[in-house]
Amino acid sequence: MLSVSNLSVTFSQYEQGLRRKQLTVITDLDLEVKAGEVVAVVGASGSGKSLLAHAILGILPENATVGGTMLFQGQPLTPGRCQQLRGKAIALVPQSVGYLDPLMRVGQQVQRVAQLNGLPRSAAQTAVKRTFQRYDLPPQAARCYPFQVSGGMARRVLVSTAVVSQAELVIADEPTPGLHPDVVVETLNHLRELAQEGRGVILITHDIEAALMVADRVAVFYAGTTAEIASAQDFATGNLRHPYTQALWRSLPQNDFIPVPGNQPSPEALPVGCLFSDRCPWMTEACLPERPALRAVRGGLVRCIHADR
Amino acid sequence: MQLKPILLFFSYKLVRLALLLVAVAVLTFGLMSLSPIDPVRAYVGADMLQISAAQRELIAERWGLDQPMIVRFWDWFGQIVQGNWGTSMVFNQPVLQVIGQRFLVSLQLLAIAWLLSGLLGLVLGVLAGAFEGTWIDRGIRLYAYTLASSPTFWVALLLLIFFSVSLRLTPICCAAPPGVLAQNVTFWQHLHHLLLPALTLSIIGIASIALHTRQKLIDVLHSDYVLFARAQGESLWGILQHHGLRNILLPALTLQFASLSELFGGSVLVEQVFAYPGLGQATVQAALRSDVPLLVGIVFFSALFVYTGNTLADLSYQVIDPRIRIGGRRAA
Amino acid sequence: MTTLAPPQIRAPKQRSNRRQQTLWTIGLCVLFLAAIILSTWFIGDAGLNPVLAQRNQPPSLAHPFGTDWLGRDMLTRSLHGMSLSLRVGLLAATISALIAALLGLAAGTLGGWVDALICWIIDVCFSLPHLVLLILIAFAVGGGTRGVIIAVALTHWPSLARVIRAEVLQVNSSDYVQLSHRLGRSPAWIARHHMVPHVIPQLLVGLILLFPHAILHEAALSFIGIGISPHLPAIGIILAESMRHLSTGYWWLGVMPGVLLLLSVKAFDWLGENLRALLDPRTSQG
Repeated sequence: MLSVSNLSVTFSQYEQGLRRKQLTVITDLDLEVKAGEVVAVVGASGSGKSLLAHAILGILPENATVGGTMLFQGQPLTPGRCQQLRGKAIALVPQSVGYLDPLMRVGQQVQRVAQLNGLPRSAAQTAVKRTFQRYDLPPQAARCYPFQVSGGMARRVLVSTAVVSQAELVIADEPTPGLHPDVVVETLNHLRELAQEGRGVILITHDIEAALMVADRVAVFYAGTTAEIASAQDFATGNLRHPYTQALWRSLPQNDFIPVPGNQPSPEALPVGCLFSDRCPWMTEACLPERPALRAVRGGLVRCIHADR
Repeated sequence: MQLKPILLFFSYKLVRLALLLVAVAVLTFGLMSLSPIDPVRAYVGADMLQISAAQRELIAERWGLDQPMIVRFWDWFGQIVQGNWGTSMVFNQPVLQVIGQRFLVSLQLLAIAWLLSGLLGLVLGVLAGAFEGTWIDRGIRLYAYTLASSPTFWVALLLLIFFSVSLRLTPICCAAPPGVLAQNVTFWQHLHHLLLPALTLSIIGIASIALHTRQKLIDVLHSDYVLFARAQGESLWGILQHHGLRNILLPALTLQFASLSELFGGSVLVEQVFAYPGLGQATVQAALRSDVPLLVGIVFFSALFVYTGNTLADLSYQVIDPRIRIGGRRAA
Repeated sequence: MTTLAPPQIRAPKQRSNRRQQTLWTIGLCVLFLAAIILSTWFIGDAGLNPVLAQRNQPPSLAHPFGTDWLGRDMLTRSLHGMSLSLRVGLLAATISALIAALLGLAAGTLGGWVDALICWIIDVCFSLPHLVLLILIAFAVGGGTRGVIIAVALTHWPSLARVIRAEVLQVNSSDYVQLSHRLGRSPAWIARHHMVPHVIPQLLVGLILLFPHAILHEAALSFIGIGISPHLPAIGIILAESMRHLSTGYWWLGVMPGVLLLLSVKAFDWLGENLRALLDPRTSQG
């Protein structure tokens, strides 16, 4: 359904007055999403997860330039096509209630999404009612302002915006942080349901545990590129290919609880060779001259020359 | 909306107003007593030469001028509280009556200017904010900044030269054609005389409203909820219509109510240029002709006027913003 | 500017350009304002004498601002007036800034009832229309040039005092001042080493941004007739006089002195903004 290859995002910034500088935040990013599956995108903050979502939707700021190719249902995603599809075929489920207009009742905001999808007013109202029922939202919740709804309710309202849009691809951007564990499970189940209805779901998160609870495949981002794309079972079976993914897996509390040493390189000072080389236990001379390409190893994709050992 | 918070709000505001009026009274009284202006001379005016020193003493004693300042202040303040604001020497009428009549004349001017500046300022601010960085934005900003640093009375003078003297479109002075009795002035004559002063006064207010609205709209357009709206496929026009106006209207309204202070000050100068017989012109006359009771009365009245504006600004938040109306907390 | 040059090479050059541009603007504004203030010494009083043969002439090369109903050169009169207005405005604004600094520092450092009292006085000042307060004070002290200076000086400090109070409070609550307190530094030492370097730039910029307001209000008071004596050629007086000759079509009497006033006010605005950009640590590197 969606195939992203060699995506790059560059910002040209005016830093301190008239000094202009180019900042490449995403380099060589790859991702593939099929209908009916949940793909989790995992990575530390600054790895380019949210920017990927904004690039697919075509809502990056004006000073950003996008390279590489993005295909949606086999057709390239041009700016014009993005504009046509966003909110209709591709929907975003944002992070928090802060993404709702603070002065508009939540029911009205969901209804607005339905109307933007071409539904007449009355049909849009029915769609909102139906969706709120589906997510156990009381009818009076529609008349609440965003500041009045609880964290869990806000989650369901945000998922509702994607459901009324009939989107085929749903991108959920960090939907779980700061939530009660029960609400996290509930939210993830809602995303799973969306996939079972035949939609493609991208779950952007920095929480590997949450990702593994629901995802079919996991893409691990590092410093703006895809380090590895593995199936969810690979984590439990120890079939991980990239040293960074393995380190992330080991850092979980139920495993060895060892944090990954060092820091992600800043986009202003990326190494020439493998981006993970300065933190990597497997690093050799061969890692330094150029960036490794994404290649298939044991049924997954990985950007590491030592992955098949 | 619950009754209790509103009652609380108003009682709080009334206490603040009382405190403020006492402060204004102290300030005015202090200034007037410290000033080199002799109250007897100020009251008697040109007839000063005709009264003897003994008569002067008598007047001073009748007024209690020999009493200590504190006593005199409470005497005077008691009179003010009872509504006895004295007699205006310039107009030979009770001060309250003069203020009432003059304010009614000014009110039309103020109201039209207030509405015009609010609407035009909002439109210009929205245009500049929506097209941030384009030549539309630059033009509007240049206009607003230039207006903000031009002297009010000079702008009035320029408009008068252009529209009244060169084009002869509008009358050169006053609120009615000369020689026509007040009751015979037609509505159109009235409007004709009101138009240019009101326009001048509104032009001054536009600049600040436009610049604030622009900044607020830019903040809104860079907010997370507008990003989400764009992700939902909303166009720029749709965003302005559904999210922009909703979120900038409240600050704009607040600012507009709070601008009553500047509007009043502006009306003093504009009425002076257009010889418009309102409260602003009366202020100038009171000061020029040493009409202390009238000047003090106008000071009190203007404090009340500004306070009303600020209270309305606060009230608009209470009534309109759901975060305060329902949630009972201030918007972050 | 070519897009081929790598940004790393281009950056330092532009950086100095921007700084230079700021410095140039500041220099030009200062030069312009100084020229107006000092112009009266160079051009002398010759243009102020009536020359009946050249009455009511529109602007020309000989008289760029035209002449008035007595044949006086309007450029000379406007410069004299502007110079006087600038000097009065400068004096009043400086006094006002001193009051603001004193009260702002007192409110910020002493706190308690002093702070409450000063904040309340500021509130009371804001509760009256500025022009009404100006008229009241100018009237109470008996008008004239002295009246204008006192009125302008006494009414322009509240907003700057607020800024300085906020700055002092912010510096006071910062970690390094807290640390100095714990290290046993005296309040005077802290004031000398931590407060002054932060407050001085704020005060300087605040002072310069006060000038335009002070000058506009001085002109307004003189225009109404409560300010500077009508025998002196202040800019407000010249504009008020032009009112009487409006209907005759001598537009330059009102337009040209106003343009000079507008330019002077703008020059102060630019000066203040550029100085702020230079002094503010957030923008000064750019």
